[in-house]
Amino acid sequence: MPNAALEEAFAPFVGQDFGPPEIARDPVNEAMIRQWCDAMGDANPIHWDAEAAAKTHHGGIVAPPTMLQAWILPGVRLADPDRPPSDKQEELHALFNQHGYTGVVATDCEFEFERYLRVGDRVTAKATIESISEEKATALGIGYFVVTRTRFENQDGELVGSMVFRVLKFKPSQPPQQASSGDAAPAKPQRIPAPRGHDNGWWWEALDRGELMIQKCSQCGTLRHPPRPMCHACRSVDWEEQPSAGTGSVHSYVIMHHPPVPGYDFPVAVALVDLDEGTRIVANVVDCPFEDIHIGMKVECSIEELGGVKLPVFRATS
Amino acid sequence: MSQSRRLGDVKVGDALPDLDVELTAAIIVGGAIASRDFTPVHHDRSAANAAGMSDVFMNILTTNGYLSRFVTDWAGPDAALAKVAIRLGTPNTPGDTMQLRGEVTAVDPEGGTVDIAVAAKNSWGDHATGTVTVALPK
Repeated sequence: MPNAALEEAFAPFVGQDFGPPEIARDPVNEAMIRQWCDAMGDANPIHWDAEAAAKTHHGGIVAPPTMLQAWILPGVRLADPDRPPSDKQEELHALFNQHGYTGVVATDCEFEFERYLRVGDRVTAKATIESISEEKATALGIGYFVVTRTRFENQDGELVGSMVFRVLKFKPSQPPQQASSGDAAPAKPQRIPAPRGHDNGWWWEALDRGELMIQKCSQCGTLRHPPRPMCHACRSVDWEEQPSAGTGSVHSYVIMHHPPVPGYDFPVAVALVDLDEGTRIVANVVDCPFEDIHIGMKVECSIEELGGVKLPVFRATS
Repeated sequence: MSQSRRLGDVKVGDALPDLDVELTAAIIVGGAIASRDFTPVHHDRSAANAAGMSDVFMNILTTNGYLSRFVTDWAGPDAALAKVAIRLGTPNTPGDTMQLRGEVTAVDPEGGTVDIAVAAKNSWGDHATGTVTVALPK
């Protein structure tokens, strides 16, 4: 349900400049360039060695182009929690915050460079709120994408470069988690183990032993997977297990890119495999170029420990 | 670094040398300060915690700084960056490793530019992915 009051309030912001053009406090200088290069481990001599730089087509010391925005950011003042909104972008973010869209995350950033800045140049930036999307449901929560464009000019009014920035202002879907204390690195997310209950625990325990099992109805012999208490064919609750040879063919598959689930390297191939015994199982297809995976491809199962969990994976039958 | 790569030496499919960056608080905070970005989550752990993060995390300017350095390390001092377009993903925090990878996806002999598909991965997934366009001497 879009937030009509919010949408009405933010509409006038679209197309507006943040405020008057921002003029760099300091001209482009070697000290700030060197500090940047130190932080980025950038050894390109065009940024610090006047003699070497003069021999390149740059003709002298130039600033790293991706440093463009650094010349006009306000520095330490940014960290002042009591600082009132100082431009239209901050007013817009404050408006989103009032409506509960307190989260902010940058999603895309695009720089284009027309010319390299030289020592002594002074940068002026003019930023505009270019667009605000309709309400979107995202993995982080519902929110709106805000696109801004900043034009950077030098002291002669020449275009140096431009930056397009897209952020999501969203309603956090969960309260922020408290981080653990201490200096240990944060725990890396792992695969999430499947819950093991009365009806399916036996199947996972078989996997732990390295066996792929299939559930079979004791009354009518119909196979079923995933494990469940009742036969879908005859409604019997009597069942037995039989081992699968682990061979089969791809019934269907997808290459999953998004959303990223912890513990996997994306993209990942997810297949529905027809086991030769006559039932189906969902699992990853590994060690196979995505473009080679096809419906009907013969595959065989191997049970492997992945992120602390034993799981069946399938490879193309050689 | 002293040698500049020439347009004629580059072909589609060429891989850039891998660059793995062991992330420390010094790199993350140092990058934020060098870019004059004092947004608290990039230097103040308690502010990062309040925002739901376990630790300070890298600001976007530093990501761009590393990506452009990764490309110019390969391209040499005569190269000129024309475009850096990235999609942002998982945050870079201290203790993690940022793995920078790149591959030439287009060579434009007339325009004198090369497109490089770049990816910066960390243990959570893709920190940033995108395209860097760089002009090379002919």
